[in-house]
Amino acid sequence: MKLVKLSLSLFIATLMVSCGGNTTGQSGALKSNVAEKVYVAPGEHDEFYAFISGGFSGQLAVYGLPSGRLFKVIPVFSQDPEKAYGYNEETKPMLNTSHGFVPWGDAHHPDISQTNGVIDGRWCFINENNTPRIAKIDLTTFETTEIIEIPNSAGNHSSSFVTENSEYVVAGTRFSVPYPQQDIPIKDYKGNFKGALSFISIDQEHGNMDLAFQIMMPGFNYDLAHPGRGKSHGWFFFSTYNTEESNTLMEVNASQNDKDFIAAINWKKAEEYIKAGQYTLAPTNYAHNVYDESTHMATSTMKKEVKILDPALPGLVYFLPTPKSPHGCDVDPSGEYIVGNGKLSANLTVHSFTKMLTAIENKDFDGEAYGIPILNYDNIVAGIVKQPGLGPLHTEFDGKGNAYTSFFISSEVVKWKLGTWEVLDRKPTYYSVGHIMIPGGNSAKPFGKYALAMNKITKDRYLATGPEVTQSAQLFDISGDKMELLLDFPTIGEPHYAAGCPASLIEPNSRKIYKLEENEHPYATKTERDAKVVRDGNIVHIYMTMIRSHFAPDNIEGVKVGDKVYFHVTNLEQDYDVPHGVSMIGANTSELLIMPGQTETFLWEPKQIGVWPFYCTDFCSALHQEMQGYIRVSPKDSKLELSWSLDDE
Amino acid sequence: MLTAVLFISGIFLFPMWQITLGAPQYPEPIGMSIWIDKIADMNPNDLKNINLMNHYIGMQEIPEHIKEFDFFPYIVQIMIAFGFVIAFIGRPKLYLVWFGTMCVLGVLGMYDFWLWEYNYGHDLSDMAAIKFTDEFGEPIAYQPPLIGRKVILNFVATSLPSTGAYLLFTGMFLSVVAFYKSTKEKAWKSI
Repeated sequence: MKLVKLSLSLFIATLMVSCGGNTTGQSGALKSNVAEKVYVAPGEHDEFYAFISGGFSGQLAVYGLPSGRLFKVIPVFSQDPEKAYGYNEETKPMLNTSHGFVPWGDAHHPDISQTNGVIDGRWCFINENNTPRIAKIDLTTFETTEIIEIPNSAGNHSSSFVTENSEYVVAGTRFSVPYPQQDIPIKDYKGNFKGALSFISIDQEHGNMDLAFQIMMPGFNYDLAHPGRGKSHGWFFFSTYNTEESNTLMEVNASQNDKDFIAAINWKKAEEYIKAGQYTLAPTNYAHNVYDESTHMATSTMKKEVKILDPALPGLVYFLPTPKSPHGCDVDPSGEYIVGNGKLSANLTVHSFTKMLTAIENKDFDGEAYGIPILNYDNIVAGIVKQPGLGPLHTEFDGKGNAYTSFFISSEVVKWKLGTWEVLDRKPTYYSVGHIMIPGGNSAKPFGKYALAMNKITKDRYLATGPEVTQSAQLFDISGDKMELLLDFPTIGEPHYAAGCPASLIEPNSRKIYKLEENEHPYATKTERDAKVVRDGNIVHIYMTMIRSHFAPDNIEGVKVGDKVYFHVTNLEQDYDVPHGVSMIGANTSELLIMPGQTETFLWEPKQIGVWPFYCTDFCSALHQEMQGYIRVSPKDSKLELSWSLDDE
Repeated sequence: MLTAVLFISGIFLFPMWQITLGAPQYPEPIGMSIWIDKIADMNPNDLKNINLMNHYIGMQEIPEHIKEFDFFPYIVQIMIAFGFVIAFIGRPKLYLVWFGTMCVLGVLGMYDFWLWEYNYGHDLSDMAAIKFTDEFGEPIAYQPPLIGRKVILNFVATSLPSTGAYLLFTGMFLSVVAFYKSTKEKAWKSI
């Protein structure tokens, strides 16, 4: 008997050892397979662009997928001294608002323009959460070319999402405020504070934005939104929380109601009402800033009025009850299912658009709020995904009938099936995922190969960098039945949402240079012969050029202490990737970084006499070190005339 | 013979020759196209960029127009007219004369091209920022190749005929073909 026991235990022991050996061998092979999926060899290009928001950095970062490499940080709402955005005279107007010049913003949700429900790679829109604004980034130059401020709002969070033909991009106030703003006690919130939902029209040819109308909704918090598409095109869905209408300790007081709402807005109906004149034209004050690519200058205009619609207008707004403080409001590619990610609920509620229409037709209402009908919950629900995880936030779709939801509290991504509501797979994220993005995953045609989870907590995932650590993103392969973690990479600022796009839609249109003959900047200098220095009282305008490897003029005399000297510098190169920079000792601003064919301006106010140098700050050529110049500053009362030269000519 | 003449008139419609410069920092090579009446960019802004690259080593700017372009077009036009005439009067022996003249002119053209390239590569400015010398201390020259590939500093220069020249060669070849065809016909007739 003892012998049997001994040999049995020996046998089991050998089994365990050999099995252990097998699995280590297997994981070695798996590891190299995963590495191959994300390795983009030197000289090769990534498959997808990922435009990832910088959150509190205020900028929009451009990454490649699957490599996770950072290509560019596009300045949008925050000043960027590297590119002189918000520092040079041409871009300062971009950051103008009704509160004056604001040097920083909170950039959350990028969204790429769509045509017929498919992303088209023309423009990327992104919202600002602190000073409510929407910016448009031109995807041929990767520059911010327009920023429009949103009046009557505070905390522009449910933004900037585009309709399926880029007819509108929306904004929604997260923090309801008194409308109009007035001096009232804060506790008088209920009934007096309102939440404006804004529809900004997009010109189909040039992408120019215009605030078409606002709907002055009840004082809830408006969190996120997505457009209807296909059969639900013409509707827009906004999630709300704080239907309790509390104004303090909201983490408790705004979490009391068992259900909040998803507001369904029929914007086609809104257009009808606007056309019929059934709106209020209210006075207001907001900034509209436009950057012109041919003059290379931005102008800021203050707009003074806005059209406001009453949400109680028949057929305009309906409330869909949704448990519980829903965050993400996501519409599937077919436009039928509206997912309410109730962050404080244990389940995921999915509404049916068809059932919603039927309920509206049958007037199947469960009361109303501020004149807006509340639809009967049981009759609009398509299905409930039971116990998927803790703290659902956002859902994206892969176009194959699957949905992927991010769970903040249980720190995972869960894959489930539309229609059957069964959970198919779950994978952990590191750690506490916020948004998830599938390229095209919020359109009619998702490119269901990769999913990117963007996380709020990083802790031990990378080399430690003191108390403040980067935030992270994980790339998953979702082409198979089960999700596979491929890559883990750090991100700038705080990535909220992202917008992914196949590189083939954007790369061929990317500009290489600005054509000098198309430059219409008022202070452009197109040949070295035209370079000059002009005095206008105590303002001096230097018309300067840069080309490998010298400035023209590079010796200037006759400038005096107390002058305001404007350097208007034109890069005369017409070759790809030959920028030049310029900086002046003592200038209280950043350098200029000028692309071929472009003109930019900075201001220098000399305070001390002497001879002061300027130089090229971007390594441009073999003789970059020699690319410099001098300016002679004479005393304030000097009689010396202005003179300028290159090589003493 | 008529077709031969038509072919060589192609030299007015297409560039004759192309010199391209490739380098690690120019994955898409820059180049110049030499036409019968001008030197032009291969791709937009190429000449400007070649001149910018070359000014550091003291090379002159590539002119759009050189005095050869004053009379090259006329020479070709005369040969075309000559070709038309002999095609109509139909004297095959003259086809050979035409072909022979074209060959001589071609060789003269190439020699002139070589001279221009020599001058371009050797006539360097005294004030050049970068002056390279060989092991004997003699300044090295940057003459582009007449035909084929040559490594010049960090560039690989390739000098090859272009569409216009190929049309010219085809035209010349056709004139010989025309001669042989006519001799065959004569042989027949004499039977």
